[in-house]
Amino acid sequence: MSTLLKNTELTSERADSIVSETLNNCDDGELYIEDTKSETIVLDDNKIKSSNYTSDLGYGFRAVTGDTVAYSHSNEISEKSLKNSSENLKSTLKNNSGTYNSEIKKTNQKLYKDVDPIESKSMKSKIELLNNMNEYARSKDSSVKQVTASLLAEKKNVEIIRSGGELLSDNRPLVRINMSVMVEKNGRKETGVFGIGGRQDYDEYLKNDNWKKVCDEAFRIASTNIESKPSLAGEMKVVLGPGWPAILIHEAVGHGLEGDFNRKKTSAFHDLVGKKVASDGVTIIDDGTLDNRRGSLNIDDEGTPTERTVLIENGILKNFMQDRLNARLMNTKSTGNGRRESYKHVVMPRMRNTIMLGGSNNQEEMIKSVDKGIFAVSFGGGQVDITSGKFVFNCTEAYEIINGKIGSPIKGATLIGDGPSSLKEILMVGNDMMLDPGIGTCGKAGQGVPVGVGQPSLLINNMTVGGTQL
Amino acid sequence: MIKDQEYLKKIADICLSKSKKLGSSDANILVQSSVSENVNVRNKKLDGSERSENLGVVLTTYLGKKKSSIASSNLKESNLDELVNRCIETMKITPEDEYNSLPDKDLHFKGLKDLDLYDETHLSNEDKINYIKEAEEEAFSNDKIINTNGSGFGENKSNFLLANSNGFADGYKTSQFTAYCEVVSKSNGSMERDYEYTSKRFYSDILKPKQLGSIAADHAVKKLNPQKIKSEKISLIFDKRISKNFLSIFASAISSSAIAKGTTFLKDKLNQQVFNPEINIQDHGNIRKANGSRYFDSEGIAVVNLDLIKNGILQDYLIDTYNGKKINRKSNGRASGTTNLYFQNGSKTFEDLIKSENKILYIKETIGHGTNIINGDYSVGASGMMIENGEFSYPVSEITIAGNLNNIFKNITLADDLEFNYATNSPTMMVEGMVVGGK
Repeated sequence: MSTLLKNTELTSERADSIVSETLNNCDDGELYIEDTKSETIVLDDNKIKSSNYTSDLGYGFRAVTGDTVAYSHSNEISEKSLKNSSENLKSTLKNNSGTYNSEIKKTNQKLYKDVDPIESKSMKSKIELLNNMNEYARSKDSSVKQVTASLLAEKKNVEIIRSGGELLSDNRPLVRINMSVMVEKNGRKETGVFGIGGRQDYDEYLKNDNWKKVCDEAFRIASTNIESKPSLAGEMKVVLGPGWPAILIHEAVGHGLEGDFNRKKTSAFHDLVGKKVASDGVTIIDDGTLDNRRGSLNIDDEGTPTERTVLIENGILKNFMQDRLNARLMNTKSTGNGRRESYKHVVMPRMRNTIMLGGSNNQEEMIKSVDKGIFAVSFGGGQVDITSGKFVFNCTEAYEIINGKIGSPIKGATLIGDGPSSLKEILMVGNDMMLDPGIGTCGKAGQGVPVGVGQPSLLINNMTVGGTQL
Repeated sequence: MIKDQEYLKKIADICLSKSKKLGSSDANILVQSSVSENVNVRNKKLDGSERSENLGVVLTTYLGKKKSSIASSNLKESNLDELVNRCIETMKITPEDEYNSLPDKDLHFKGLKDLDLYDETHLSNEDKINYIKEAEEEAFSNDKIINTNGSGFGENKSNFLLANSNGFADGYKTSQFTAYCEVVSKSNGSMERDYEYTSKRFYSDILKPKQLGSIAADHAVKKLNPQKIKSEKISLIFDKRISKNFLSIFASAISSSAIAKGTTFLKDKLNQQVFNPEINIQDHGNIRKANGSRYFDSEGIAVVNLDLIKNGILQDYLIDTYNGKKINRKSNGRASGTTNLYFQNGSKTFEDLIKSENKILYIKETIGHGTNIINGDYSVGASGMMIENGEFSYPVSEITIAGNLNNIFKNITLADDLEFNYATNSPTMMVEGMVVGGK
């Protein structure tokens, strides 16, 4: 019995029968129902600037036959509306017929608690927290001229009804605490941004005055950047710090290993399974099963339990990330990577927590080995062109390395590389694997989903650094 | 079907009266309804179809200088009761902010709605599929096109009503027809993708399918077998699809929110030379049928035409009520951002630009988010074509371009080829002496 359909004008029985009748002659499909509550409170320029609460309930009805997907979604939940959607799906697929694959793995996986982070902390204490963060950050130094702090919490309950009446469900909490500090000194302005979060109540992230560390880190990055000098342009060696810089992995290879691009043969990796795509010692996984992590899910948005998928093992390309559609067309199984931003969006293969496992080198020896290069500690964001394999990411904290020593901080440089070849340029893999602090959102085809990344320190032989100094 | 004004008004009235009853002093509500239908094809075959119906409200309540907002897609009366209640309760414990208020009544939009923003043309899914298949067929007639990433056609119709407790209540229908074609070219082991995109309020104004397909194919083929160039200081010409991005950056740097907080490199630059004297930038909301046209902003304030840059000098900011109060300025109807934002045409032709120096790098695509509005630093990945002696010679990729927007803005030369294809539009743009990071 569906819980989310209670108090709507659609009964579970009618939903089941419309779903079964519609999907009878299709290869796959489901009715996805989502109830999302979210709350965003922003402190900006010394004031609580906004408090927004959103409540959204809707469904997405999908029918798949062959490689054709028909999708209809609505936030009007009634028998009439669902029947309209059903007619719509049938008319798209009228010339195709398939055999419904009712097989779907079961799980008792519980990677996070069924808590409601919006309700478990009072509005009053949330406002107090933001005010404390503002005051604390401003008290750190007179150079702090602007502070923006925000709290985001979400509770997303999803249900998946498959043909035959099978119902799968998952209740997903998510929080994020963000801090942005702008400092001004000698006419120069720079910002530092830091945040933490995951699938637990706020208080789990606030133990031991942890919010102070968030403010400290944002202030430290801004203060470092205020001393930065213009970056050199050109090819050089790059040492990446552990943790969040793994968005390099996410952009450079992650997207290129998503099933859809490989089925369509538009990824630079599509014909490289079993081949060497990275240096020895490089192992990359996509893991949806880590407790309380931002990219973790008990089941994906098609109902498949998530798993730990090995993508690259010791340099050899092993697997792509799959949803049900692409797995079926490529004669393999879904890896539990079928995700969507909301009921308004179609499912695609998407990353969860993408991680490069640790190796044996230490960061010190990496830096020592570089005559001229950069040490990149944190990044703002990245982007990739799947087909050509070119990717970029923007440093938000980086230093020059001269003769094996860390030198001055350098201004926001862009790094650009080629996905398939840059992994072969990895010279050392660190022993300091770290996960990111829990703030990542990945965008693909206009859909944003929460993800995680992780990696040890890395030494890359050759990347192009964008700068203004020749 | 999208809901009519009468239905939207009914929902708005319910919410406004509920919030008044529960103790708010003021309230503002937006009720929206939209229907969109999209089809996707890939390799000339139907890949998918999608239909979406959306209905939702956004309510902001005020108690003096206290404020709170809720949004929901569930318009059942019992749910609305609960949400309005929640909004009011949150509002009561939110600290006061002296700048919170409904907008100035005198600035409310009261004019005629005669800009032709709605085309009732409806295409059947069959017609949509035929349009986009024809585009892909045209792309495949180029023998270097071996695959597509998917191409699509979308039709969106929406209606909305904006109302507040000061008596404003108005809304209107808009439409948008969009088509894109993204193809993959291959030659000598090099694989590249590129696209063309068209989006207009009226179906009759979008590109014809054959044009869409052939332009996409041409873009993708020209990118094949790129070279990486050496790091150097060189003049750049930005293709129109990239040059308009500088206008978007400029717009975010002159938003009253950034100005009030001091988080922009254009703070305190009013009435100063920001661009070179040949540059003029306008933001005009009243162009018939145009993508960015609107009658009023998200606060109900009439959109006035702005000449943001005149002879290179910054004349105005983009101002909403809240941030306007912080900087002692009245709203100019920009709570929803810019309308139709564009550079006026320059005096050079495209040919003049590409022949102006012996060696120029033509930028057709940028990648990454390397713009820092606070200090004007700009650093992105890029690809394009090398121009030698006025001729396009070879494709270039895996490079970065970097500079500071204060300098970039003062070194812009514009061509005379402005077209109104998007909401933000620019002619082809040349910027002298930027640093390219390459080999």
